[in-house]
Amino acid sequence: MLRISTTTSLYDTGLLDEIEDIFEGLYNVDVQIVSGGTGIAIERAEKGDADLILVHDLARERKFIEEGYGLSRTCFAYNYFIIVGPEADPAGIKEMNVSEAMKTIMEQGIADPDKIKFVSRGDDSGTHAREKLLWDRAGFNYTEVATSGRWYVEAGQPMGQTLLMTSEMRGYTLCDTSTFAAYRSDLDLVPLIEEGDDLLNVYAAIPVNPAVYPETNCEMARNFVNYLVSDEGQSLIAEYGTETIGKPLFNPARGNCDLIGCSGDECSVPLADDRCNMAEA
Amino acid sequence: MIEARGVWARRGGTDILKGVSLEVDEGEILAVIGPTGSGKTTLLRLLNLLDHPDGGKVLFDGTDVSKDERSRFSARRRMAMVFQKPTIFNLTVEKNVSYGLRIRGVSGQARRDRSRAALRDVGLSGYENRRAFSLSGGEAQRVALARALVTEPELLLLDEATANLDPRTAETIEDLIRRAGGDGLSVVMATHDLDQARRLSDSVAVLVGGEMVQMGSPDDIFERPESDVVARFVRARSGW
Amino acid sequence: MDEIAAGLVRAAEMILALDPTVVEITTKSLAIALTSTAIAAILTVPIGGLIHFHNFRGKRVVVNLIQTLYSLPTVTVGLVVFLLLSRSGPLGSFGLLFTPWGMVIGQTILIMPIITGLTIAALSGVGPAVRDTAVSLGASKFQAIFTIMAEARAAMLAAVLLGFGRALSEVGVAMMIGGNIRGYTRVLTTAIALETSRGDVELSMALGIILISISLIVNLLVNRAQGNWWS
Repeated sequence: MLRISTTTSLYDTGLLDEIEDIFEGLYNVDVQIVSGGTGIAIERAEKGDADLILVHDLARERKFIEEGYGLSRTCFAYNYFIIVGPEADPAGIKEMNVSEAMKTIMEQGIADPDKIKFVSRGDDSGTHAREKLLWDRAGFNYTEVATSGRWYVEAGQPMGQTLLMTSEMRGYTLCDTSTFAAYRSDLDLVPLIEEGDDLLNVYAAIPVNPAVYPETNCEMARNFVNYLVSDEGQSLIAEYGTETIGKPLFNPARGNCDLIGCSGDECSVPLADDRCNMAEA
Repeated sequence: MIEARGVWARRGGTDILKGVSLEVDEGEILAVIGPTGSGKTTLLRLLNLLDHPDGGKVLFDGTDVSKDERSRFSARRRMAMVFQKPTIFNLTVEKNVSYGLRIRGVSGQARRDRSRAALRDVGLSGYENRRAFSLSGGEAQRVALARALVTEPELLLLDEATANLDPRTAETIEDLIRRAGGDGLSVVMATHDLDQARRLSDSVAVLVGGEMVQMGSPDDIFERPESDVVARFVRARSGW
Repeated sequence: MDEIAAGLVRAAEMILALDPTVVEITTKSLAIALTSTAIAAILTVPIGGLIHFHNFRGKRVVVNLIQTLYSLPTVTVGLVVFLLLSRSGPLGSFGLLFTPWGMVIGQTILIMPIITGLTIAALSGVGPAVRDTAVSLGASKFQAIFTIMAEARAAMLAAVLLGFGRALSEVGVAMMIGGNIRGYTRVLTTAIALETSRGDVELSMALGIILISISLIVNLLVNRAQGNWWS
């Protein structure tokens, strides 16, 4: 059995289910995937309830490895966060950069909270963590932002529900491209800001360190990571979504290591056969 | 006061009452006797206008009350019935006794005063705040009687009213009934107790198999039974 | 095990110190559930009475249907109400989605079957002798109905309390219609769901303890209503 703990942003796109079917066929193993916000996804692994995590929060990933829970980090895919909103764009953020846009939304939201709303995940997920970072980069204290008025709606929901709520409220929100693409047809929202270094969203796979949890299935976790970065895996990732939505939901890490700031052994390089044995506490 | 003219009652395909006629005047006490299952309770329910007769008529104070709901309702308000196993509402005794007064719109203080008096009459002074479930069988019976009498009915219907009472309490109740009869109240009482029937009533009606086989004064029934049926019944039950 | 114990201690501290978040969420939960229960009771008691006191063709079918709806999945109700209240739905212009009143609508719909059905059962439990007694003492049709309802009051109260309990502890409607918005539509159940998924064990436990305590109190009241008032 291989227990994978991942985030809803990644899981809800269906990519992992597709890989699961193939992987189970290849290795004759039962893959069990559990999803949640990044926070809980990592915590599950810290408690020893998972063999492998697939997440997208560099800071917490580093911490996970430094504290000894994680064996190694391997980037395998990326896409972008985007700011979406109503087509009419009442706050007029379309041509702005990310920081300007966030500032504008907040100022106009405080002035007219019935007209301008921002919906936050509010759940310590990877997306939420990124949102906090963006406020920070725009020069604001997050706690002050969150308590500054009715315009800031803190939903406590996964990405899909948050998008639906944003659509209902005709507000703005931060979202990853894959979930947005998956829910697009149900929403009255369009992507308004799609570019910016701060919007880069890198997914990494980290097996749980067998030195800390000896009963963890490190070998199979290693196999899974290697499948993700294999030719077959990377090409599956590169094409995923084209059939259903017309364009891919993810970009493969391979060949894009500089762009995504993922270097050396961390970028799309398979783990050595004896990696599990070399683990240190 | 009340008259049944050839009433029929049918329950579940069987005729319980077959053309029964009787008449009760003001102030008259009529005892209805007969074997179990002869239809006494059914007859009382018809007289109380709880059920409609399947044939025949019921007249109250001269008015035909067999069909019209309004006249039935106003007639019912002038009578009261105490059932064989009385149902005491899940309230205090006082609220039970004053029920009839409350639904007739009598004011609070008057209700309380009259209820207290009624409870005194049945020997249950001080029971006002007791709850329904704490009453014994005999006490419940007396509360039901007080509840019926407090509305000052013109006709009182009793179905085995003293059946569950000890002899002394039964005597108190019988005195009450006798006094009420003296005050002009008409009473129709179904009873198994033939001696009681002899003691209390002005007339006796014998109901056997749904038919009124004889009606007359207590002496008529008990000394001069008109048929074998009646004779056997009064002899057997009186232990003569 | 240590974590659970530590969580319980911290939870108790939060409750005793009346932590503002805990208080806000609890009062919101109670307010919404109580409002839903009140509206549902006002609507269903007459409906239950009407159904019970009338004999009509198909009565048994109706009663069976009501009983089937007792265990309506909350997410089904949530979905239907969501579709009704969303902008693209028939009631969209009222802007009730993701508001407490929207949640009230959803929860009211959710618990109406239970209260109706149990009201009918309560009234059925009152024997025909009560009606006979009332009528023979001169009660009009309306007065007799009222008397029968008064006799059934304990069971009817139990019905309402059960409805309240269901409204308070359901997640589906609260989440889908309310959206778990902090400070606005976040209630005990949705908060527990969120905090658990975030790994905030202490807050989850504090809220969980409160929810269980309220449920316990409600159950005790139901038992008292049924036990003490019966003969």
